[in-house]
This record gives sequence, structure tokens and C-alpha cells, in this order.
Amino acid sequence: MSGQTELELAGQVVELVRRLGGPAAQAEAVVTRADLALTRFANSGIHQNVSESTVGVRLRVHVDGRTAAGGGSVVTADGLSALVERTLTAARLCPPDPGWPGLTPPMPMPDAPPVDEATAHAEPDQRADRVGAFVAAAGGLSTAGYCRTAHRSSAFANSAGHSAYGRSVEAAMDGIARRDGADGVARRSTDRLSDVDGAELGAQAAAKAQAAADPVELPPGHYEVVFEPAAVADLLQNLSFYGFNGKRYAERQSFAEPGAAQFDRAVTLVDDPLGGSGLPFDAEGTGRRALTLVEAGTTRAVAHDRRTAAEAGAESTGHAVAGGATWGPMPRNLRLTGAVAGPASAVGRSTTGAAAGAVVDADTAALVAGVRRGLLVTDLWYTRVLDPKSLVVTGLTRNGVWLIEDGTVVRAVRDLRFTESYPRALGPGAVLGLGARAVRQPERVDGAWWAAPSLRLASWHFTGGASG
Amino acid sequence: MTEFDAAAAAVQAALDAGARYADARVMHRRYESMTARNGDVEELTQDESIGLGVRALVGASWGFHAVPDLSDAAARDAGRRATRTAMASARVPGPPVDLVPVQAVTASWASGCQIDPLGVPLSDKGDLLVDATRTMAEHGADLAEGLYQIWDTAKWFVSSEGHRIDQRIRECGGGISATSIGDGETQRRSWPSYRGQYGTTGWELVESLDLAAHAAQIAEESRALLTAPPCPAGETDLILGGEQLALQIHESVGHAIELDRILGWEAAFAGTSWLDLAQLGSLRYGSELMNITIDPTIPGALGSFGFDDEGSPAVKRDAVRDGRWVGVLAGRDSAAMANLDYGGSVRADGWARLPMVRMTNVGLEPGPHTLEEIIAATDDGVLMDLNRSWSIDDKRLNFQFGCEVGWEIKKGRRGRMLRNPTYTGIGPLFWRSMDMLSSETVSWGTPNCGKGQPGQVGHTGHPAAPARFRNVRVGVSA
Repeated sequence: MSGQTELELAGQVVELVRRLGGPAAQAEAVVTRADLALTRFANSGIHQNVSESTVGVRLRVHVDGRTAAGGGSVVTADGLSALVERTLTAARLCPPDPGWPGLTPPMPMPDAPPVDEATAHAEPDQRADRVGAFVAAAGGLSTAGYCRTAHRSSAFANSAGHSAYGRSVEAAMDGIARRDGADGVARRSTDRLSDVDGAELGAQAAAKAQAAADPVELPPGHYEVVFEPAAVADLLQNLSFYGFNGKRYAERQSFAEPGAAQFDRAVTLVDDPLGGSGLPFDAEGTGRRALTLVEAGTTRAVAHDRRTAAEAGAESTGHAVAGGATWGPMPRNLRLTGAVAGPASAVGRSTTGAAAGAVVDADTAALVAGVRRGLLVTDLWYTRVLDPKSLVVTGLTRNGVWLIEDGTVVRAVRDLRFTESYPRALGPGAVLGLGARAVRQPERVDGAWWAAPSLRLASWHFTGGASG
Repeated sequence: MTEFDAAAAAVQAALDAGARYADARVMHRRYESMTARNGDVEELTQDESIGLGVRALVGASWGFHAVPDLSDAAARDAGRRATRTAMASARVPGPPVDLVPVQAVTASWASGCQIDPLGVPLSDKGDLLVDATRTMAEHGADLAEGLYQIWDTAKWFVSSEGHRIDQRIRECGGGISATSIGDGETQRRSWPSYRGQYGTTGWELVESLDLAAHAAQIAEESRALLTAPPCPAGETDLILGGEQLALQIHESVGHAIELDRILGWEAAFAGTSWLDLAQLGSLRYGSELMNITIDPTIPGALGSFGFDDEGSPAVKRDAVRDGRWVGVLAGRDSAAMANLDYGGSVRADGWARLPMVRMTNVGLEPGPHTLEEIIAATDDGVLMDLNRSWSIDDKRLNFQFGCEVGWEIKKGRRGRMLRNPTYTGIGPLFWRSMDMLSSETVSWGTPNCGKGQPGQVGHTGHPAAPARFRNVRVGVSA
């Protein structure tokens, strides 16, 4: 059985449901083989180095008006039969499911970007060498982080006659350099391991760590801020999970109001799952495509799977995920479209003295140049939602904060805690500038990413300093 | 071929390929969860996963590989790949690696279970959630949610030192939540905590929660919170209920005493710790009422086991004694690096994940008071309970928590309900301010502790009881 393709296995599962559950039983199956590897380093040495070659089957059945889902890692004939039998049994014992939206009909699949075979079959030596380059480029500072590669080969089939197949790859690196407790970070997500330049990232992290030394403590309060792409990624993630989630929207737990000018006109948000290597279909077999969520400040859409779309009288946007009935469909490849940031400044002109190295690109330099007094924030950490509807979030800065005065980064600042409503902070009139170049940031699992340029906001509410 | 045979084949192949130490875990996990919303079942999922993960040590470098195939050929290939990966690690070597000694044993262990949770009819489990969520909806909740989760895990551990250990751990739990939605905000009340209470136990735990009996009250309280006065901002005496104190322990003690964090192994992601090993045994962590134990032997608590995932037997240890820091959560390699003589707190989230330092049951020993005595002794303060949000910095010092509900405490009496209660502080200063602690201990289970890259979800237990803290900053808002 191990020689069967993912598409053959998915079709076999659907056929088993038809045989064991009768012709009226509806079924959809996703079979995914994955080769995932992650090389992790700390104290400038590789301390954890893992890989896995796995196969998984996800099955959802709808029989006699009732629905159940199941999954497994055993793809022998006995294993698949057991999966089908227990899932059918579970469905028959469940209460009715009046919201069942039906199966995805046959539909053409979009073209997905080609898969880089070198990344798909990367060896541990290749990841280790990038780690070595990162460490070497940090100039003796202690370093930590990871380099990972991921390859997925996935097939979908359902009893409505629809089937699809696709592959995806990802390479990512995320690392810090450390100097006396001050950390600098650099991270990238890309479709090709050959695009991951460990030396460039290590040098960038080290420069920021050097610039973050000897921080001072500032009092909490409202500050104008320039967020670097790593920090903006946190905004995008929380907006996606809590705001542009079709289930939360249906439950009235989302701030999103399609048609309303909820954001500054500089904000355009597009979920672009095939803007990088990605599977061309979602967990229900719906083709994935770009979806404009916010256009020039006006909310246009939320993400739907078939269930939330049916509730809303809309169509699925291709955002179904396993477990979506509980967690809801949500964008996971969000891009904040950049804008011209004004006259470009040379990197380094916007920093002085000990803070040199805090600004690592021209986009950020241009935004910093316009700030009379504010903070440059590299990264946000441990953000948690206090209220989902207003999307009030608390969290901390991490990996570098600097005070900006008269357009110049003047010194490092100790980390601050904030409590802020994300939609309000991005509201009309609140965005004072956007960088031109979106930098793709990795999520904790492959397949999800956030692409953002640097961002200048009029106000951010810091509610606590490093000492409380 | 038995599961032990597959694990042994993987270990032998790793040694044959050049490893100086290897261990392997075969795991077979069955998982079931059901969620209900507003009187209907929302989702039922049943998963079953079987596979093998093998870890190899070459010189000072580790490698790990996992496969979902227990055939002899697949197991041996996994062992060889783990060793090859370890050799790649040596291209960027770390310091020398030793393992603290652990007696190699052949043993079996199983958690206690009166009612097999997977044997309870789905219709009965569904009725429980449907009835409770319907009651909440009828009593004013806009969003009435309930869930249960069950894990039934069998695992077989083999090491090149001679371990052969099999364990079966059954875990389950559940809970209900009522959310009321107002203009611009939501309010939530849960029982017994948001997304439930869990343990290494059978379905008897879920039955003991009596979800239906609490449904109406929490729905009404969630509605009432929409018009309750907000928690005032300022410094006051803070009384925490046991469920919130359990998370406070988890975040500001449990993670801080993880030795891998202290050694910098998690610096880039989960973070480090404010604790310095040079102060182990002398640092004042909290008040003298603060006695924290690391105890994986507590029957029924979620972090309990017979052996950890590198073969160390479950042993109770002190982490904080009379307010002084005295112990850590460790594994065999991290302990050796820190010149300590014990591991015992290493676990893996399934066969495809590397074993790493995790909390077991980390909790407070009971105090001398009761909650009512604490309230009666408080002239002016706020009582908060049931976690709603949690955030803490990467050194585990600066925290801010939000709770579902607060109550005003005036002249020794519980007064009106307060909405959006939050509190913030710095870990050791907060713990040093604890001056009253209840004896009403519950072992709260946290089944969603995230750590590691690739991500792992840990199941941890936290014995905790209500306690009072002096002069705490409360009422932080946007």
C-alpha cells in the first residue's frame, strides 16, 4: 500500500465509505505525505535536529443527516477500513447536523507555483551549513534559532466526483544574536532553501543586537511607533484569526463590517495563498485564490469555508481547515500591500552612535525619518486577546526597541508591555506611513506566512515598563 | 513484530550507524473530541496515530527522525537517519553532552481509570454537551459552547542502556462556556474553566464536573457582566481563585524553572528565564507561604506518569521551599550540563516529536486558610477568577492576566461583580506579596501548553488554591 499515490489513497477511502456506508453516504478525504525537518541552534551550536516522514489521512463523512470526522496515520488496507468504519459509526451516533453545507462539486483547480525540488529534498547538511553561516556572521555574539524545510504532497477526493492534487514547499530561517541580554532578530520565509542566506540574516541580527545594548527604561504611555515587518506580522495574524474569520463574524464576535471604512486608507490586505508555494485547494477541496479583505481602508470580505458561507449566503473563499467547524476559516497568507514610503533614506543615516544598526533597510529608515518622537519596534511577543470583538490585545515588545527623536534613532529602550485595540490602532487617520517592500515572515507551521512592510502608526498604548 | 521490537530495531540501527546512545518511542494514540454550540453538536473528531521516533547521540550532537511505520525495515531506516542527522548537527557543534545516570528498568505503568472515556456511548457524551449548551442559550448566552477531549496513549520506550518500559495513559476532561455579546465587546463565563478541566483519569472526571448544574448560572453571569462596572484601575489587594492561580503558577513559576530555558536552549522562541543557576538554593522566589512541588506521582493529575519519555521514574521534588528556589524541571542532558543529578521531566508530544523538558505537575502545597477566611480578612480588594487572557515576557518576569470575572471586596465581604478584570506585575515581587493561602487545593489540568520547534503541545497539572496578594496593579485597559 505504501507505493500508492496520495490521490489513489484518497479515492480508496471515498470508495470504502461508499461500500460500507451505502450510496447515500457523503465523504471527503485528504491524504498528505509530509517531509518536515528543522535544525535548531542555541548558544551558537546545533542542539536539536529533527526530521519526520509522515502520512496522514483526514476523513469527513455525512450520513443520514449526521456528520463526523476522523484521521489516522495508518494507510494499510486494515488501517483505512478501521478509519472508515469508526467514522461512519461516530456519524450515526451523532445528533443531526442541520448546517451541513454539502460537498464541493467538481471544479477546476488554480495553477499553483512550481515546487523547488531542491528544497523538497533538502538534506540535514544543507540546513546545518546555513546555521553555521548565521553563527559565523554574528561575529562572536551568542546566537539561537532554526532553519527548516517542509515539503507536502496532498490529494483530495470526495464522493461528489471531485478530486485534486498539489504540492507545497517552504524554507524558513529565524534567528537571534545576543549581547548582554539584548537580542536582535532576523527571519525569512521563502519557497527555496537557496534563497535563505544564513550569513545575511546572522549579520542583520548581530547588528541589531549591538544596537540594542544598554537600554534605558521609558515610562508607559501613548507613543508614535514604527513597526518592523516582524512586529507587523503579529498584527496581521491577530486580525486574521479573530477578525477575518467567517465563523467569528457569523457569531458577531468579529470587528469586521464589510463595506465599512474601518481602516486607514493606506491599508490594503489581501490573503494570497498562492502568492507563495501552497496547495491549490483547501480541506474541502475548494480552489484557493487571492481574497481582498481590506481595500484602501474599507473592509471588503471575511474568509469562508462551505459551512460559514452557507450561513452567510455567500460562497466558500477556499479557507476550510481541519477542525474548522470549531475554530472557523481564517486567512493564513496575508499580505499588507506596501506603498511608496516617501524619499528613500540611506540605511544608517537615521541612526547615530550606539544605536547604529537598529535600522536595517531603507523602508524603515524613511519611516523613522518622519518621526519627531516615538519608538522603533522590531517584534511583538506573547500577544493575547482581552476581548475578541474590539480586538484589544496585550503583549510585549521583543528583540529590540529604540527611541526615535527628530527622525533619528537615538538609543535602545527596555521592553514595554502594551494593551491596544488593533483595529483602532490601524483606523482612519492612524497610519502615517508604509514601507514599499513586504517581507515574508514565517508562521509556527509551514504553509502559513505574513508578508508586511514596515509600518508607522500615530499611536500605540504602552501600559507597562520593564519593571512593571 | 511487536512495538518493543520496532523500537529496539531503530535503536540498534542508530548504534550500528555510529551513535553512542540512542532511544526510541513507539506511540499509539487515540484522540476523540466533541464540541457543541447552542444546543447542537458542532464537531466530532476521532483520530488514531501510530508511529516511532528515534533519537541518536553522536559525540556531542543529537539527531531525531520519526516515521509512521513499525516494520523492521522502516524502524532501522529511521535509526540510521537519526544518526545521519546527528552527524550533520556536528557541523555546528555545541558543548560536550553527558546524560545523568538512570537505572535501566523493564517496567509497565498505567494511569487510573474507572470509566473508560472512549467506551462511553457517543450519544451520552453528545447529550451532555447538547443539554448544557441549550440551557446556557435559554438563560441568555448568545454563544453557548461545550466540549470534551479524550486521549488514550500507549507507548513503548527502549534505550541503548537497556530500558524497556510500556505505559498507558488515559486523559480526559471537558467544560462549558457562555458568551454574551454587547455593543463593542463580549463577556464570557465558563465552568469549571475555559475549555475545561482535565486529568489522567476516566470519564468519572467529566461526570464529577456536573456541567448541566452550572449552565444556567454562568449564562446569566455572562449577560450580567455586560452591564457590570469595570474593574477600577489602581493598586489593591488581589485575591485569586484557584483556577487563575494555577495558570499564574504555570506561567510565572513552571516555565521559569525549566532547565532548558535557563540554559538558553529556548532563547530564540519560548525564551529564557530570569533565574540564574548560581542562585539555586538561595534565591528568595516568594513569601514563606510559597511551597511549589514538581510531582508527577499525583493520582489523576494531568501531568502524571510512571516514567518520563527518556526512562526516568516519576519522583516528587521541591521547586520552591518556604519561598526559596531549590529545584528545576530537567532532562538527563540538561541536568548533566548544569551539574545536577536528576532529570525526570522530559516528554514528547507524540511519536513524531523530540522529547524535551516539560512541566509535569507543578503546584502549590496547601496553605492554612480558606477562601472565606481570606475574603473576611480583606478590607479593600478585588477577587478575580477564571482566566481569560495571559501574557508574560520571554524571561518569565513581566506578566499581565485577564480574568472572566471580578468581585469587589469591601470590609471583608464579597460585593458587586466587576467586568474586564486584569492584573499585572513582576513574578518574584508578586509571589513575595502572597500573605494568605487557602487549603482548598484542586489539581487543575492544562492540556494546551505550547513549546518547542516544531511545536509541541504539553499536558500539565497545577495544584492550586485561592490566595491573596498585596498591593497589586489591577484594571489595565487599552
